[in-house]
Amino acid sequence: MNLDFSQIVPYTPFMLKGIWATLEFVIFSIIIGLVLGTLLALCKITKVSFLKWIANAYTSIFRGTPLILQLMIIYYAIPQLTGYDIPIFLSAVLTFGLNSAAYVSEIIRAGIMAVDKGQMEAAEALGVPYRPMMLNIILPQAIKNILPALLNEFITLTKESAIVSTIGYLDLMRRAQIVGADIYRNFEPLLLAGAIYWIMVFILTKIGQAIERRLRQGD
Amino acid sequence: MIKAKEISKVFGNNTVLKNISTTINTGEVVAVIGPSGSGKSTFLRCLNLLEEPTSGEIYLNDKKITDKKVDKLVVRKNIGMVFQHFHLFPHMTVLDNVTYAPQKVKGLSKSEAQKIAKELLAKVGLTDKENAYPNRLSGGQKQRVAIARALAMEPEIMLFDEPTSALDPEMVKEVLDVMKDLAGTGMTMVIVTHEMNFAKEVADRVLFLDDGVLLEEGDPKEFFKQPKTERARDFLDKVL
Ligand SMILES: Nc1ncnc2c1ncn2[C@@H]1O[C@H](COP(=O)(O)OP(=O)(O)OP(=O)(O)O)[C@@H](O)[C@H]1O
Ligand SMILES: [Mg+2]
Repeated sequence: MNLDFSQIVPYTPFMLKGIWATLEFVIFSIIIGLVLGTLLALCKITKVSFLKWIANAYTSIFRGTPLILQLMIIYYAIPQLTGYDIPIFLSAVLTFGLNSAAYVSEIIRAGIMAVDKGQMEAAEALGVPYRPMMLNIILPQAIKNILPALLNEFITLTKESAIVSTIGYLDLMRRAQIVGADIYRNFEPLLLAGAIYWIMVFILTKIGQAIERRLRQGD
Repeated sequence: MIKAKEISKVFGNNTVLKNISTTINTGEVVAVIGPSGSGKSTFLRCLNLLEEPTSGEIYLNDKKITDKKVDKLVVRKNIGMVFQHFHLFPHMTVLDNVTYAPQKVKGLSKSEAQKIAKELLAKVGLTDKENAYPNRLSGGQKQRVAIARALAMEPEIMLFDEPTSALDPEMVKEVLDVMKDLAGTGMTMVIVTHEMNFAKEVADRVLFLDDGVLLEEGDPKEFFKQPKTERARDFLDKVL
């Protein structure tokens, strides 16, 4: 074994800054994903077939193509087509937000569909209009199905976020590579980055379990 | 009063209701019986427009409610429904279950709605369960809450779709007793049921559905003693 972590010690502050760089763009992406995903989910459950078609097509495209391809297209194609020199951060947030919206919309749609059909009938039989029925009866029950799955999506997003290193965004992954090139040793910085990713995911998982436990107490 | 005029219902290529006509008068208690799959639930659900009849008309107090222009929600305000599987709102307490629709649909204040709800819960014997969540109740208690929830809207008519079929035998009576009391108050009721003794005792009229056809209709005493059709005789032989 020929491992030497002493060399990366001076680089640790540089690497640790990558945590924030990663989290920053993951958080922005999540917000876009949530807002757009909710809108798409609403389109999917309406009876308006045009909106349904759009939302389904959107989901199909973003789930049916590689994430890295979507990233490249947004990063390279937008400047080429529009002349707008899109910043790295914006391309990253946009790609992950748009992509995540497709998954989030499916999670929300499935969560709503999983609510017992009888609930909607009971509300309808009482003469409750659509909006309050959704807000007061269906969504509070759907949340229980939705939240755990959403947290899973965020964990996936955090891990997949390493792809943005390919367009030069200085996230944790990219920083590990830079350090590796600097000290001519790749294994140690990659190992450190891996440990940090694992800790982030571990914490998110624990938060998810805590939320799930609290939701289940209500049953 | 609610009147069905030649209603039919088709699902895909399955004709589930065939030209059913009948009138349920104010204060009348009508039992709907028939074999499984004969269309009893579908008939009941047509009455409050949970299902839209494929053809035919339904009148509520001489107002044609199958008209496209009629607001279904307004119709349903006046028709309460109780389901086999209760369908209480699991994330609300018993009291909130009962007060929700009067507040949201009729615009009652919280205190007005609670006053009505508490009276009804007392009537169905569940005053002590006000703050419980549905998952803490027995089946019989759940169904009594569901009845109170429907009554809180002060409907003119109550529909029951096999209200005791999902209950353990020892809980059937408490629910039937509540329904009997309700019938005694002059409520108009349509009850799909397999409880033949209850139908015999409480109903003013029996409808016998078979394969989507309203095959017999009449006085319960006569119907149960001497059904006119072969099909009804067979059915009664099996269930009695
Ligand atoms: N939403 C639906 N879509 C398609 N077919 C349906 C639907 N609802 C009911 N049916 C069919 O209509 C027929 C009558 O059903 P219905 O539920 O009215 O019978 P029922 O007399 O209430 O039976 P049960 O005693 O089993 O409750 C059945 O064959 C059923 O499969
Ligand atoms: Mg039925």
